[in-house]
Amino acid sequence: MEVDQLQRNFLEYTNLLFREGFLDGQFSQLQLLQDESNPDFVFEVVSLFFEDSERLLNDLTIALDQQNVDFKKIDAHVHQLKGSSSSIGAQRVKNTCIAFRDVCLEQNAEGCLRCLQQVKQEYLLVKTKLEALLRVRVPHLFSLEQQIVAAGGAIPMLNDFC
Amino acid sequence: MDLGMKPLTFTSSNASWKPGDGVSDQFPAGLRVLVVDDDPTCLRILEKMLKNCLYEVTTCNRAEIALNFLRDHRNGYDIVISDVHMPDMDGFKLLEHVGLEMDLPVIMMSADDSKSVVMKGVTHGACDYLIKPVRMEALKNIWQHVVRKKKHEWKEKDFEQSGSVDDDRHQKLADDVDYSSSANEGDWKNSKKRKDEEDEADERDDTSTLKKPRVVWSVELHQQFVTAVNQLGIDKAVPKKILELMNVPGLTRENVASHLQKYRLYLRRLSGVSHHPNGFSNSFIGPHDSPFGSMSSLNGVDLQALAASGQLPPQSLATFQAAALNRATTKNSLPLPLVDQRNVFSFDNPKLRFVEGQQQQNSNSKQVNNLLHGIPTNMDSRQLASLHQSAQSFGNMNMHVRSQSNSLLMPMVQPQSRTQNLNEVNVSQPVLDRNGVDNVRGSTLYFCFPSVACCRFLKPEQ
Repeated sequence: MEVDQLQRNFLEYTNLLFREGFLDGQFSQLQLLQDESNPDFVFEVVSLFFEDSERLLNDLTIALDQQNVDFKKIDAHVHQLKGSSSSIGAQRVKNTCIAFRDVCLEQNAEGCLRCLQQVKQEYLLVKTKLEALLRVRVPHLFSLEQQIVAAGGAIPMLNDFC
Repeated sequence: MDLGMKPLTFTSSNASWKPGDGVSDQFPAGLRVLVVDDDPTCLRILEKMLKNCLYEVTTCNRAEIALNFLRDHRNGYDIVISDVHMPDMDGFKLLEHVGLEMDLPVIMMSADDSKSVVMKGVTHGACDYLIKPVRMEALKNIWQHVVRKKKHEWKEKDFEQSGSVDDDRHQKLADDVDYSSSANEGDWKNSKKRKDEEDEADERDDTSTLKKPRVVWSVELHQQFVTAVNQLGIDKAVPKKILELMNVPGLTRENVASHLQKYRLYLRRLSGVSHHPNGFSNSFIGPHDSPFGSMSSLNGVDLQALAASGQLPPQSLATFQAAALNRATTKNSLPLPLVDQRNVFSFDNPKLRFVEGQQQQNSNSKQVNNLLHGIPTNMDSRQLASLHQSAQSFGNMNMHVRSQSNSLLMPMVQPQSRTQNLNEVNVSQPVLDRNGVDNVRGSTLYFCFPSVACCRFLKPEQ
């Protein structure tokens, strides 16, 4: 495929993610930070986010599985997740976290379990989409970005969502 | 937290600095920032953003490590940015410590934008509060806090001077006489009149830089100070008497006054009692006016009283204070014996110097020898680099030269000092550090402690 076409695909997909609320302006900030000295910056940060989130989600699962639920701990974890998701622009994850914290305040264990499910879902969604955009670890399958790079093109970015 | 196991997450940017770049062009490039956040995603993003601002960034994911690092690299940083919610130490606690021990501007940040938390930041003395996610624009202007704080400190210095006009004036004028070219008594009187008439602010600024080289409060000096204070009794300890008791040549009443003020603040913090120290007006309270209630108490023991009553020798007091702070901050994760090597409170650590006064400093490179291995910083350059009188110096101060050679820095630093200072200073002359701390490396760079000034202080007026 032509580089132009690849780049257009990339932009279209990014646009879609923005429109559907998966990503917000903060993601654009990350893209702005990517430069020659840090050509993999976005991928690097997103990877950090994946690692950290999976750890937090794991901790949350364990915490909610206890006999006596420690809501303070849960709140701390959710706050963390909220912070990191907002930093990369994972908007839907962030919003779910905000709702999660409210339920946590009520000390509602059932409600928390539901929220955890939701967060996990949103996280997996955004993860899949970001991987499709940036990098896919499945052999023979290339993300949109990877295709552009392979074709020797530059990664475009949307200016509207800065 | 196991110090041994988890690798220190420290990264330091290597901002390129070309010798010969103009000072004003560079600033605020090269601003030395320490970022503390346990969220790796945020930390990485902040690091990149700050690097893009051409700041020199060091990141850390643990508050305690950050604090220890700051203590080891005193004057190695201009500003600290810290997250509020961290697992090992509350960000506000870090804020307090940094404010008290290092007097650096601290910016708090959090995804939490509730008013109460922001207010907490204000009351604890944070110079700013950023809501996450942090954007580039917010970080671009953080240099203003550094400049503001410096300005405030200079004004403070002026206030202190005006507090003892007679003392000061006489000494200053007498000192000036020695170096005026005219030996004529008539001229001396004239110059005195001129001084009185001249613009006070400028005058004080000039003379303060000339007459006030930064005093290094080494362990020994502080011991003497504490002994003197205890002898007099904390309530009766006035700078003049303390000075007399200490009998250290070259120490001025102002040095003691300033140190005493900080010492009182420290004691208040320890005892958790908030009261105004006797004999000090409010204007003398530091720029960082935070409540003292949150320091952990020493199990109700008033160490100060103990010391004063003679039951606790001063050395023990200093160690106790350090130990108490240590207990408060490390939650028993650091064994007490470490207090001696690993400073908690600046007074007790031979590595650190409680430096007050002007922004000039003795570029004592003793700290360099105590650097943790693997931390890729050149402390010589950093220490020198923190010689900044004016905000314009910042750019030039980024002498983050990895090459470890001092010779590179020597010719660089000289022209960047304030010219007023250089008038009477023999720059290349190695000066004895009277406080007894060894000058290991960089002894040739003691130009901020003018040898000329040594002579002044040994005058009979003292």
